[in-house]
Amino acid sequence: MNEEVIAILVLWTFIFIYSIFGSIDFGAGFWAMVYNEHRSFAGKIANRFLSPTWEITNVFLVLLVVAFVGFFPKGAFTLGTVLLIPISLILFLLSIRSAFMVFSFSVQGYRKTMFIISGLCGVLIPALLITVLPVSQGGFIEGMNGRDTLLLGKLFSSPSLYMYILFGLTSELFLSSLFLADYSKVSKQEDAYKLYRRNALLLGPSTLLAAVITLLVIQPEAGWLLDNLYDQRIWFILSLIAFAVGYCSLWLRNKDGQTRGKPRVTLLAIVAQYGFASYGYGMAHLPYIVYPNLTIYDAFTAKETFYSLMIMYAVGLAILTPGFYVFWRLFLKDKRYLQQD
Amino acid sequence: MDTVVLARAFFGTSLAFHIIFATLGVGIPLMIVIAEILHHVKKDNDYAIMAKRWTKAFAVLLGVAIPSGTIVGVQLSLLWPGFMEIVGKVISLPFQIELFAFFIEALFMSIYVYAADRLPKYFRIISVILVAFGAVASAILITAVNTWMNTPDGFKITKDGTIFDVHPWDAFFNPSFLSSAFHVSVTAYMTGGFAVASVGAYKLLRGKLSKNESAYHKKGFLLALIVGLTFSLISSFSGHHSAQILHEHSPEKLAAAEGLFKTQRYAPLAIGGFTDPKTEEVKYGIELPWMLSWLAAGKFDTEVKGLYEFPRETWPPFYVHTLFNVMVGIGFLLLALAAVALFFWWYYGKRKQKPFPKWLLFILIFSGPLSMLGIEFGWIFSCSGRQPWTIYRVQTTAEAATQSENLAPLFLLFIGLYLLLSVLTILILTSYFKRHPVSKDFEKYPGY
Repeated sequence: MNEEVIAILVLWTFIFIYSIFGSIDFGAGFWAMVYNEHRSFAGKIANRFLSPTWEITNVFLVLLVVAFVGFFPKGAFTLGTVLLIPISLILFLLSIRSAFMVFSFSVQGYRKTMFIISGLCGVLIPALLITVLPVSQGGFIEGMNGRDTLLLGKLFSSPSLYMYILFGLTSELFLSSLFLADYSKVSKQEDAYKLYRRNALLLGPSTLLAAVITLLVIQPEAGWLLDNLYDQRIWFILSLIAFAVGYCSLWLRNKDGQTRGKPRVTLLAIVAQYGFASYGYGMAHLPYIVYPNLTIYDAFTAKETFYSLMIMYAVGLAILTPGFYVFWRLFLKDKRYLQQD
Repeated sequence: MDTVVLARAFFGTSLAFHIIFATLGVGIPLMIVIAEILHHVKKDNDYAIMAKRWTKAFAVLLGVAIPSGTIVGVQLSLLWPGFMEIVGKVISLPFQIELFAFFIEALFMSIYVYAADRLPKYFRIISVILVAFGAVASAILITAVNTWMNTPDGFKITKDGTIFDVHPWDAFFNPSFLSSAFHVSVTAYMTGGFAVASVGAYKLLRGKLSKNESAYHKKGFLLALIVGLTFSLISSFSGHHSAQILHEHSPEKLAAAEGLFKTQRYAPLAIGGFTDPKTEEVKYGIELPWMLSWLAAGKFDTEVKGLYEFPRETWPPFYVHTLFNVMVGIGFLLLALAAVALFFWWYYGKRKQKPFPKWLLFILIFSGPLSMLGIEFGWIFSCSGRQPWTIYRVQTTAEAATQSENLAPLFLLFIGLYLLLSVLTILILTSYFKRHPVSKDFEKYPGY
C-alpha cells in the first residue's frame, strides 16, 4: 500500500466515524424536538445524551476538515472553491444549531422555539453535508476561465441529489433511533425504548429502499461508479447480512419475557452494515476524490507532512483514549447519570 | 469591492467575532482554576460559587465559541483555497494537534460540568485544569500557523509554486512562534482577568448589596485585578519581545508600525499621530529620539530599516501605525489602571478603612472591553501589517483568495448571524444571572 492509499483510508475511516456519530447527534436533536412534550421520557433522554456529547461530535467534524486539508490539500482547494455556497450554508446552520441548543439550557421561555430551530437544523445540515457525494461523482463541475464552478442549477434539478439526501436522512434517523433505543434501555426507560424501537423498525427498511433507488437514479456521468460498485459487491452482500442480523435482533425476546429486542446487538450490527457499505463505496470511488478532475495522487500532501501527521495521530490517539474511556463510563454507562429519574 | 477585498473583509469579520469568544474561552478557564484552587486552600465557599457561576458563563460562551471556531476553520478553505493548499503541505501539523487540544477541552468540560457531583474533588480540579490546558493549547497551536504566515519556515518553493524539502516541525517552530504564542496566551489571561474585573466593578458600583454579596463581589474583583495586573505586566514584556522579532524577521512591518521611512541608526520612536502618505512622515506624533533603535535591539545605535529599503508595492498599509499604537496604548493603560486600583485597594481598604473610590470603579467597568479591543487591534495589526502577503514573501493575498463570486450575499448572511449571536449571548447571560443572583447561590450551596 502506498502513502496515498493509507491517507485516504485514514480519512475515510474518519468520515465513517463522523457519519455515525454525526447521525446520532443530529438525529438526537431532531428526536428531542419531536418528543419535546411527549409523555414518555423520549425527549429528555435525547437531551441527556446531547448535553455532554455535542461538543465532541462537533470537534470530530473539524477533525475531518483538518485531516482532509492535511492529507489532500489540492482536494481542499477544489472542494473549497466549488462548494463555497453549500458549505457556507452548513456553517451557518451549524452555528445556529449549536448556539440555540446551548442557549436552550439557560433560558426559561422560548425553550420550545429553540428546540424546534435546533432540531430542524439537525435535519438540514446532514442533507447539505451529503451533497458532497453526488458532486464528487462528476458531472456537476465545469471548468470556466481556468477555474472550476459548481453547476448549481444542474445539481438541484438532479434526482440523484434528492435520493442521496433521502438516503442520508433516513440513515440519520434510523441510526439515532437505534442508538436512543439502546440508551433508553440502559436508562431503564421502557416507554422511550418502545418508541425508539418502533421508529427503528420502520426506518430500517426505508434506508435500504432509499439506497436502492439512489443507485437506480444515479446520473449518467457516474456510470463509472456503478461499474466499480458492482466489482465491490462482496462488501454490499456482507452489509446486507449485517442488516439482517441487526434487524432480527430487534425482535428477539428478552429474559423478562415482556419486551422484545436487543438494541445493543442491533446497533453494533448496523454500524457494521454501514462500515461494510462505506468500505465498498470508498473502494469503488478510488482513485478519484472528484471525478474526473482530481485523484488522490494529484491531491496528496508532502510526504514529510504525511509521516509527521500519521505519527501525531498515533500519539494523539494514545493520549485521548483514557479521556474517551472516562467519558464513556460517566455518560454512557454510569447508572447515576442515566437513571436520574 | 473586488473579490480579494471582499474575502478579506469577510474573513476578518469572522475572525474578529470568533476572537472575542476564543479569548474569553482561554481567559475564563484560568479564573475558574484559580477559584477552584482557592476554594480548596482557603475553604471559603464563595470561591466555589464563583467557579460555578463563571463556569455557567463559560458554557454559554462555548456555545458560540465552538461553532464560530468551526466557521473560521472551514472558511480558511472556502475563502483562501490557494493558501490552504500550501498550508496542507507544510503546516497542517499544528491544526491537527489543535484538534487533540479541543478534544481534551471538550471531554473534560463535559466531565467538569455534568459529572462534578459524581467525582472526587481532586478529579474535579484535574478536569478543570485540563479544560484550561486544552483551551490555551489550542490558542498556542493556532498561533503557530499564524506566526508561520509571518515568518514562514520549513519548506522550499520553486518559481512555479512547487513545494519541496518540507520539514513540518521547522515550520511549526518558526522564528516568531514562541514569542507570539506566549503573547497571545498572556494577553488572553489578562483579558479574562479584566472581563471579570468589569463585572465586579459594575456590581460594586451599583451597590444595594447585602453583606454576603458585597464580600463575594469584593473577593472576585480583587482576584480579577491581581490576575489582570500580573498578566498585563507580563504582556508588556512579551509584546516588547515580539517587536524585537519584527525587527529581525519582518522589518517592513516594524517600519510601517512606526512610520519609519529612512533606514537609520538612533531611530526615534513615534507615538501617536498618523502616517501622512503625501509627505511620507508621521504627523502630529510625539517622537522619542533614539528609542526605537533601543527598543528594537537594546542599543541606541541599532540600525532600523525604513520603508524606503523595500519595494513600494510590498509596503504594508500606513494605518498599521495607528493600530499598533492603540494596541500598545491600551496595554499600558490597563497595566497602570490595575496598578492604581490595587494600590487604592490597599490604601483605602487596609490603611484608611474607607470605601474604594467610585470613580475608579466606574473606569474599571471598561477594563474588560478595553482589553478585548486591544486584542482585536493586535490581530488586525498583525495581519494587515503582513500585507500584501498572506505568506510573507511567498504568497500574496490576491493569489491566496478564492476566485468564486457570490461572496457578497454570503458575507451579509454571516454578518447577520454574528449580530444575532452577539445579541442573544448578551440577552441570555444577563437574563440567566438575573434569574440566578448570587444571593440564591448562597442558599443553594451553604458551604461544602
